[in-house]
Amino acid sequence: MLRLRPLSVLLSVLVSLALAGTALAADLTALVGNLTSGGLSERERAINALAASGEERAAPILEALAAGQLYVRISDKLAVIGKADGNKLALTEAISGKPAGSAVEADLERVRVNNRLRGTIEAAVGSLTLMSPNSSVRRSAADALFKRRDATALPALDQALAAEKDPRVRRAMSEARAAIVLTTADSPPAQKLAAITLLRDRGDRDSLGILNTAAAASDGEVKTAAAAAAGAIEQTLAAWQMAQNVWYGISLGSVLLLAAIGLAITFGTMGVINMAHGEMVMLGAYTTFVVQEVIRTSAPHLFDVSLAIALPLAFVVSGAIGILIERTIIRFLYGRPLDTLLATWGLSLVLQQAVRSIFGSSNREVGAPSWMSGAFQLGQLNITYGRLWIVVFALIVFASLILLLRKTPLGLYMRAVTQNRPMAAAVGIRTPRVDALTFGLGSGIAGLAGVALSQIDNVSPNLGQGYIIDSFMVVVFGGVGNLFGTLIAALTLGVVNKFLEPFAGAVLGKILVLVFIILFIQRRPRGLFALKGRSVE
Amino acid sequence: MITRFLWQGMTRTLRLFVLLVLAVGILVPLSNLLLPPDNPFRTPSWVLQLMGKYLCYASLALAVDLVWGFCGILTLGHAAFFALGGYCMGMYLMRQIGTRGVYGNPLLPDFMVFLNYKELPWFWHGFDSFWFAAPMIVLVPSVLALAIGWFAFRSRVTGVYLSIITQAMTFALLLAFFRNDMGLGGNNGLTDFKDILGYSVQSDTTRAVLCFVSALVLAIFLVISAAVVGSRFGKALTAVRDAESRMRFLGYRVERYKLFVFVLSAAMAGIAGALYVPQVGIINPSEFSPGNSIEAVLWVAVGGRGTLIGPVIGAFIVNFGKTWLTGALPEVWLFALGALFIVVTLLLPKGVVGLWNQLRNRSRERQARAVA
Amino acid sequence: MKAPGITHARSTSALLYLSGVSVSFDGFKALNNLSLLVEPGEMRAIIGPNGAGKTTMMDVITGKTRPDSGEVVFDGTADLTKLDEASIATLGIGRKFQKPTVFENHTVRDNLLLALAGIRSWYRLLTAVPSKAENDRLEQILSIIRMGPQQHMLGARLSHGQKQWLEIGMLLAQNPKLMLVDEPVAGMTDVETETTAQVLREVNKSHSVVVVEHDMSFVRALGVKVTVLHEGSTLAEGSLDQVSADPRVVEVYLGR
Repeated sequence: MLRLRPLSVLLSVLVSLALAGTALAADLTALVGNLTSGGLSERERAINALAASGEERAAPILEALAAGQLYVRISDKLAVIGKADGNKLALTEAISGKPAGSAVEADLERVRVNNRLRGTIEAAVGSLTLMSPNSSVRRSAADALFKRRDATALPALDQALAAEKDPRVRRAMSEARAAIVLTTADSPPAQKLAAITLLRDRGDRDSLGILNTAAAASDGEVKTAAAAAAGAIEQTLAAWQMAQNVWYGISLGSVLLLAAIGLAITFGTMGVINMAHGEMVMLGAYTTFVVQEVIRTSAPHLFDVSLAIALPLAFVVSGAIGILIERTIIRFLYGRPLDTLLATWGLSLVLQQAVRSIFGSSNREVGAPSWMSGAFQLGQLNITYGRLWIVVFALIVFASLILLLRKTPLGLYMRAVTQNRPMAAAVGIRTPRVDALTFGLGSGIAGLAGVALSQIDNVSPNLGQGYIIDSFMVVVFGGVGNLFGTLIAALTLGVVNKFLEPFAGAVLGKILVLVFIILFIQRRPRGLFALKGRSVE
Repeated sequence: MITRFLWQGMTRTLRLFVLLVLAVGILVPLSNLLLPPDNPFRTPSWVLQLMGKYLCYASLALAVDLVWGFCGILTLGHAAFFALGGYCMGMYLMRQIGTRGVYGNPLLPDFMVFLNYKELPWFWHGFDSFWFAAPMIVLVPSVLALAIGWFAFRSRVTGVYLSIITQAMTFALLLAFFRNDMGLGGNNGLTDFKDILGYSVQSDTTRAVLCFVSALVLAIFLVISAAVVGSRFGKALTAVRDAESRMRFLGYRVERYKLFVFVLSAAMAGIAGALYVPQVGIINPSEFSPGNSIEAVLWVAVGGRGTLIGPVIGAFIVNFGKTWLTGALPEVWLFALGALFIVVTLLLPKGVVGLWNQLRNRSRERQARAVA
Repeated sequence: MKAPGITHARSTSALLYLSGVSVSFDGFKALNNLSLLVEPGEMRAIIGPNGAGKTTMMDVITGKTRPDSGEVVFDGTADLTKLDEASIATLGIGRKFQKPTVFENHTVRDNLLLALAGIRSWYRLLTAVPSKAENDRLEQILSIIRMGPQQHMLGARLSHGQKQWLEIGMLLAQNPKLMLVDEPVAGMTDVETETTAQVLREVNKSHSVVVVEHDMSFVRALGVKVTVLHEGSTLAEGSLDQVSADPRVVEVYLGR
């Protein structure tokens, strides 16, 4: 490997000559040599020299140095960049960028930097990479400059701007320039005014900060322009904040919807008070956990589809248990809602304790598949994929349920039985069977909710208890027996909750929502979208 | 007139039962105080403490029964009234600590010093005096019950809707009392009590007296409840339970009947909670948890709803089982409790008292047939 | 102090005055511009096919259902659309339901005691003891409805016919100015039906009565003015013979 060094040096010199067009082809090896030996002050000079060289390899070397990943191999004094790989370090040659095997940390000597040097490196890398052949590198360099607002980089920036062709990078560079111009006290006012326009158009929190500082520091025309631009940005930002809150609210609302929608079936259409509804959700979450455990041990490559496997299983597990409950307990208590409430509460205790006995009382880890992790930016909105999928999933479940009720024979029977039981029985519908299936459907949907909730909540035996009161609130608020009411109630309560949080805090916000619903039910005991008519009594 | 009012509901069985409660309330504490430790008839101190606790639970159960068993209002929030009474007593006991707390602050209880309070929150004023705290124990739960009941009964919120509202109420209070900003000790609640009315809460004599007072209060509650239930008001009350709208068409203002028992019952629950706190030595937000309210309903269901003796018996049976099982087989307790809910509602809707009445009637009929 | 809905000036001489009353449930018109006059001391029979709005009309009069539009005035002074059930009952309108609803866990005597006109205030009931006058009145009613021997029986143990009788007894105990009686003879034998007609005629000497009934022989036995309801409004009014001769009534009853 040692043999290759001269060649690689030559190559990198040639490349840098060709690409950066720098006339001065300094010896990279010598520069790196200065960097790895000598004291801290020499090191600072070496950093600046390396940056001034315009070498393409300079940036990765300096970045490694700042991150504490630049080493000298003790055996051959070769400068290497080491990245952690298990308990060893994977090495690349600093100068050539070629792989150089691996080594343990004891065989290497780290090139040390202090915080002041780190600052120097950052500035150096910033201006260095402005000239990079890679447009995304140039862009991030410009962004970095925007944040740092280093007046000394202005000449380099102007030079880069003149040479820049990519419009997006140009824009980033002009914004960086504007930021620097605006924060430099002695820039000409005309330039400052142009800068203010640019920053106003950028319109994010950083621009707002710069504009506010500028408004405070300057006077006359610049001051008014900066203040006006800051005001404009604040308004748009407030609108984005509002939109973000609405999104959080919808996200919370979709969770409420998932938890409540099964209840809307059992309570809303059958009139059965199932206090063990939350436990059906909990069983769905534990089904997900079991599915993932099996996949982890026997088929790890299936992990990304674990939720898709868990969904039907959770539906079947919770649904089957629901049917069992209906056949063994609830059917003896029709017409006695208060007794149903007590019996199902007892049942919820039994289910919780059963899960606790089998899985333990501590939280269980349910992982997120890759397509559900991460986030993306939509304007100034920050949206995580996990939440997005839960919203989508909740709406899909809701839509399928509506379809099921409207378009299938089971749905027809269910509506017939809930509207007029004796008549349904008289026309030959087997009402006990429809009861069991309806209850199973409601429970199965709770199981589906459990799969989704396992992604955002702790999977523990108490999972369901946290949702039961909220679910009842949603169903009652929306109007019992009205699925669209449930949808609107869930989303409304979610959004209201999230808008209260900034003012009142999370707990107080929740309390306020509860109090609001308590008062609301007393004004309109039948909910938002009540069914009218004599049969209601 | 008051004596006639109080006497009107006292059946022979109930008179005997009240005497039994009083006898227990006198003999158990006395046997703890007077008999030497090695005497086999001496009640150990822990049994005395447990007995006091059970008697408070029995009072709570009676309160729940008054609204549920006799008026058909299934309240899932009575633990909240119990806990509010308890907090009022707890605040008084906290003020009695004085400078004996860990921080020795003469003005503020320990938790306030810890949470950097500068001065006593306004609602703590007055609680240094027992004669201020005592009416509060009744007033605070009653006013809450009045507010909730006023709105709910006037707008004809009934059945499970009312149950859910009361459950949401206790849940909201649970969340509220967990907050440190509430000024009531947050998560940890109020504890480390020293004195009540100048006597140490730890001493056997105080415990004995508290146990006796709990029995006395239960006996008084039984007499009052019997009077209410046995009066023409009581007949109207059960009629409201059985056919509410029929009562309206007869010209009765149903909401006022409900409101009266609901507030009376909340006040009873508050007093029971206040007696409970010095005996267990702590009050914290978990007393508000919805599960507690439902458990109290279970005591009534087990003993026999709509009877006066039932809730007392139910509270003793279930809590004895709880004490025993959580000690002997802790993981079985929740299974047993859950199963009890199911079994009682499915198979024993009239509870133990109902079962006993049924058996007695059957044997009487058999005797009657044998005679004939 | 005067309760809301009570005016001093009498606006009509009729005991019960319904004018232009409409009620709809989710688009279905249960009552459609219904008008009805009942004079003091009158007994009126109301007939009509199923869904004609008979029960809804009773609900409107007793305050259970609020009409969407129209006037409902009692005794010329009380606007019933503004009062609740309890106030209307206290004004003197009694109602017997189609399905007999007695208090099942109370004895026959206690059922009557609860219905007895008099104390309705909760705090006075806490200490009230039945007075001599009240007990006498109870005995009187028990003998009218012939249930003296069953007076200590629980409501739940009564037969269907006995429950109907008890309900009528409760109406008597309430002593209202106007009685609304919904299908009093449903499920009764012919003899019981005849007796019921007698009792109602007796009652009519001191009370105004509105009877809703399907049973034509019973209506004939009452021998009073008949109002025919159809699709929520009045179709015909007059003696039973007159309305039975009306071709529209025949069409409604026999179908097209």
